[in-house]
Amino acid sequence: MALDNSTNDVSPRRDGGPDQRVMEIGVSLVTALFGAVVLVGSLQVGIGWGAEGPRPGFFPFYIGLLIIGSSAVNLVQMGLTDRRSGFADWSQLRQVLLVFVPTAIYVVSILYVGMYLSSTVLIAVFMLWIGKYHWSLTAVISIGTSIVIYLMFEKWFLVPLPKGPLEELLYL
Amino acid sequence: MEEVFNLFHGFAVVLQPYNLLVMLLGIVLGVMIGVLPGLGGANGVAILLPLTFSMSPTSAIIMLSCIYWGSLFGGAITSVLFNIPGEPWSVATTFDGHPMAQNGRAGEALTAAFTSSFVGALFAVVVITFVAPLVALFALQFGPAEKFAIFFLAFCSFIGMGKEPPAKTITSMMIGFALAAVGLDSVTGQLRLTFGFTELLNGFDFLIAVIGLFGIGEILLTVEEGLSLRGRAAGINLKVVLQTWAELPRYWITSLRSCLIGCWMGISPAGATPASFMSYGIAKRASRRGDNFGKGEIEGVIAPETAAHAAGTSALLPMLSLGVPGSPTAAVLLGGLLIWGLQPGPLLFVEQKEFVWGLIASMYLGNLVGLAVVLTCVPLFAAILRIPFTIIAPIILVFCAIGAYSVHNSTFDVILMLVFGVVGYVLKKCNYPLAPLVLAIVLGDRAEEAFRQSLLGSQGSIAVFWSNGLVGGIMALGLIALFWPLIHQGSARLRAQRASPTP
Repeated sequence: MALDNSTNDVSPRRDGGPDQRVMEIGVSLVTALFGAVVLVGSLQVGIGWGAEGPRPGFFPFYIGLLIIGSSAVNLVQMGLTDRRSGFADWSQLRQVLLVFVPTAIYVVSILYVGMYLSSTVLIAVFMLWIGKYHWSLTAVISIGTSIVIYLMFEKWFLVPLPKGPLEELLYL
Repeated sequence: MEEVFNLFHGFAVVLQPYNLLVMLLGIVLGVMIGVLPGLGGANGVAILLPLTFSMSPTSAIIMLSCIYWGSLFGGAITSVLFNIPGEPWSVATTFDGHPMAQNGRAGEALTAAFTSSFVGALFAVVVITFVAPLVALFALQFGPAEKFAIFFLAFCSFIGMGKEPPAKTITSMMIGFALAAVGLDSVTGQLRLTFGFTELLNGFDFLIAVIGLFGIGEILLTVEEGLSLRGRAAGINLKVVLQTWAELPRYWITSLRSCLIGCWMGISPAGATPASFMSYGIAKRASRRGDNFGKGEIEGVIAPETAAHAAGTSALLPMLSLGVPGSPTAAVLLGGLLIWGLQPGPLLFVEQKEFVWGLIASMYLGNLVGLAVVLTCVPLFAAILRIPFTIIAPIILVFCAIGAYSVHNSTFDVILMLVFGVVGYVLKKCNYPLAPLVLAIVLGDRAEEAFRQSLLGSQGSIAVFWSNGLVGGIMALGLIALFWPLIHQGSARLRAQRASPTP
């Protein structure tokens, strides 16, 4: 858990990586942009006073202003500081991507092959590729988890999950 | 004494075999959630919320609140044995808990942690039993202006009491409000901020946000840290438990103080994490053995654990009586109420007696069952943490995806969850607090409704927010909370002038 990365001031970088300050400036620009989008959306539906009281954009308009305002404060605070620290090492980011990329593929694959097959594959990929486990243990855990999920959700708690061609083949 | 009568009625509800089963299941799942990295109380409850769709609201809330108690207990196990706080509020427990385990006193530390958790929770439940109905009764007279003032107070406390920079808290919170505003406007029924995307018609569901921000985001953070788990053996047996229990009454002042700190911080939505740190800090200053803190002092385990549990439990008081949750997990529970078709707020105590008192009774019983479960099953739960991360991480990811999907049976939500996960990772790395964002998504529509209704009543004059003593008083409290850091700094400077410069 990254509890407080503001305390380590000038930590010696191991193999470089994006700068914390640059990241924070980027984040405050993105939040300001988000605020601007909210402003535009509010103006589209009207921010004034209508027949039935405040129009729908009335409240979000001020929310948008506050987002832009607080983002500006964050931006200025970051611009003034000369504290330098790394956002994350490249090796750390590589690890994050190692988890993120399979997860992203997994999420998209749910749309096409359903929850069960894609979940089985996700667990198997992690165990074989990153964990370097034997395929037999991998098969037991990945298929076993899907069966447990099936019994728990579909049978016990009656929550249907998305299914794909494989489940149709098995008449589930 | 009507409360006692109602409470007994609640016990009758809870003691039905099905509800007891659900309670036990909730506790066990909760401890597992608390132990596993990347799963916390809020997103654990969010993921399991869809499981309760087919239950009665009372059984559902019993299960979910027991998951919450279980996760509060579970955090202590990893802190003591592995020096990894399973939950943010157990960070302070690692300071003395882990050194105790290193000195071979793991059993003692765990017993002290669990027992203090129980004491803290019990204290908070007693407070809820007797105070919540009064608050609810009082709040029944609230008009829209008072309601908005309560929301204002809750959000100001976040800004003023949080340890993150105030501007970042505001950014995070306002993003939450903006996300809540997307979709159908609840007052006029008009669409807004959807920019033509039909997926956004119903707005952003906070459950998806919780699972993404806390679940996926937390896993990405955990991966980056790289997990090396070298835990201490969990030697806990009846003898150690009894010995520790014999020792604990000596620290009753610490316990009582921590209970009070916890309840205060829990009701004002500062939350369990600051409560545990504050309680630890004060215990360290007040204790005669304060210098030994950090080296394995049992008082250093009692103080944060008691406060964290008291805070975590009392966070349900404003949720039940005012409809304003005191913590992200309480917010998820409140979202559950809406899904089950109950209207959170003071009327619950009038219209849903069985539900409210069943829940309160389940807090008593659930914490007792929880204490028994964790004391007897520590080695089992510690074993979960020894499962390699390459197995547990994809399983957690799968459960997050299932949880996100089953909220609305929508695969779009799963993609949204992933987006929230990345946002959560980046925001957390940049020191933005995530709890206010989630709370704002949950409360956004209701806060806005109260705000607009008040303005309607006053023909657009914002003077309505200080038009009478009550609403003015609550708003003033909110402003005090908002500027608390400045007030605190000022008083600290005064004290520093009087006393020696070093604390």
